[in-house]
Amino acid sequence: MADELTFSDEIANLLHASHGNPLNTCIQCGTCSGTCPSAPFMKHSPRRIIAMINADMKEDVVNSNTYWFCASCFHCTVRCPREIDIAELMYALKRYSMWNQQYQEDLIGPTFSETFVKTIFGSGRSYEPVLATSYLFSFGVPEFIQEAQTATTLMLKGRLPVLPARIKGLKNFRRMLGRIIPIGGLE
Amino acid sequence: MKKYAYFPGCSLEKMALSYHVSTMETTSRLGVELQELEDWNCCGATAYFHIDELLAYTLSARNLALAEKENLDLVAPCAACYKNSYFTNEYLKEDPDLAEHINFALEEDNLKFSGNISVHHLIEIFVNDIGFEEIKSKVTNPLEGLKVAAYYGCQILRPKKEHLTVEEPVFFEELMKSIGATPIDFAERLRCCSAALIITNRHAALSMVRNILHNAISSGADIIATACPMCQVNLECYQKQVNQEFGTDYSIPVLYFTQLVGLALGISPKQLRIGSELVSTTPALSFAKRGSPNP
Ligand code: SF4
Ligand code: SF4
Repeated sequence: MADELTFSDEIANLLHASHGNPLNTCIQCGTCSGTCPSAPFMKHSPRRIIAMINADMKEDVVNSNTYWFCASCFHCTVRCPREIDIAELMYALKRYSMWNQQYQEDLIGPTFSETFVKTIFGSGRSYEPVLATSYLFSFGVPEFIQEAQTATTLMLKGRLPVLPARIKGLKNFRRMLGRIIPIGGLE
Repeated sequence: MKKYAYFPGCSLEKMALSYHVSTMETTSRLGVELQELEDWNCCGATAYFHIDELLAYTLSARNLALAEKENLDLVAPCAACYKNSYFTNEYLKEDPDLAEHINFALEEDNLKFSGNISVHHLIEIFVNDIGFEEIKSKVTNPLEGLKVAAYYGCQILRPKKEHLTVEEPVFFEELMKSIGATPIDFAERLRCCSAALIITNRHAALSMVRNILHNAISSGADIIATACPMCQVNLECYQKQVNQEFGTDYSIPVLYFTQLVGLALGISPKQLRIGSELVSTTPALSFAKRGSPNP
């Protein structure tokens, strides 16, 4: 049994390229949670999620919304006295949940990320109106109207593109990305 | 004249066109040439890192290789483009295996990453290359009396880089002083604008935006200055939603630092595309307008 990969090992492996210290060096000081602007909205604070990983509480971690509330502001990372890269950990947890297709259903983040990536695969550039479709329909009526109003005003002010941009060397660009991962699954 | 490869990024094509236009207007007057990177691609923002790190590095490496081909250092006006380009450059330089892997992909585009250029955020060009003295000497319309909240946001400063302090930066405030404006003391200046959470986690995001707006206004700012298209859009275009969500009545204009520098250099508001904001800049700029009337 000793050879079996624990959940904390799996996460550690995902962080192999990260420049931070291992999660088990965390002293639970709470600096990250105190710094995090998103912590009040997370199911578990950054400090707590690290403790949960170190305790191999896989189910609770994959069912948490914490990392989908991370804005990648890196404020926690630059302040951690143990130099743990908490922001990179949040990326890793997002990837873990996307790859395993395991995330809370009411979250918009996973669909948004996937749509974003597909858009770039398709054109080399991002395009706001396409991205909008990934989240607009998850809104209630008042939010939808607000959003449409903002979009219309921006359009009138010349700030929303009407046609998507494309790079010229698209064919080579896609072949290039194809050398990193097979892109079939994302198209 | 110092010349750079300029990587505008997706937002500057339309959403933040005013940032692009004012960047071009100001740099050319200050003796810096920005040559747009031929056929650049999206930097991947943050979403690409949610799916695959290697892919995200490949995206940035392509832009770096394009700049290398021109033998020019890279400049990005967007904080996310800058952060991704900067760290991809650093990581590929220090990890030959990673560089080899990415170069294998770049071959498909007849490109190669060698690691012989540097990456800068646009504001660093103003601060370090042009310099405050030079800017001061070109100011014809000092923004006297304009109280500015110089908002740094996140990814220009973070993650930490050798050459920048993460806790007590002053360069943005100094830049505002060099154009005659008064930077105010503003505690939220390094906090997060909520970035993509404005799309994915609306309530949390609006509350983060509210904190920044509240702090800027209660610290006496007439205007917020930003150096990132995402920060500008989140802080400005969502003020109405913030007010509806929290029953507040915030109304503070948010301009790019290049627009403020441009006004001080005597460029007309129209040439800086001032007027495409959702929150009017007229009250804030009315007394600083001398010589260049606000449309
Ligand atoms: S700041 Fe670092 S050491 Fe402190 S609780 Fe967070 S991760 Fe652990
Ligand atoms: S990077 Fe994420 S977890 Fe860290 S402080 Fe910012 S929002 Fe919180």
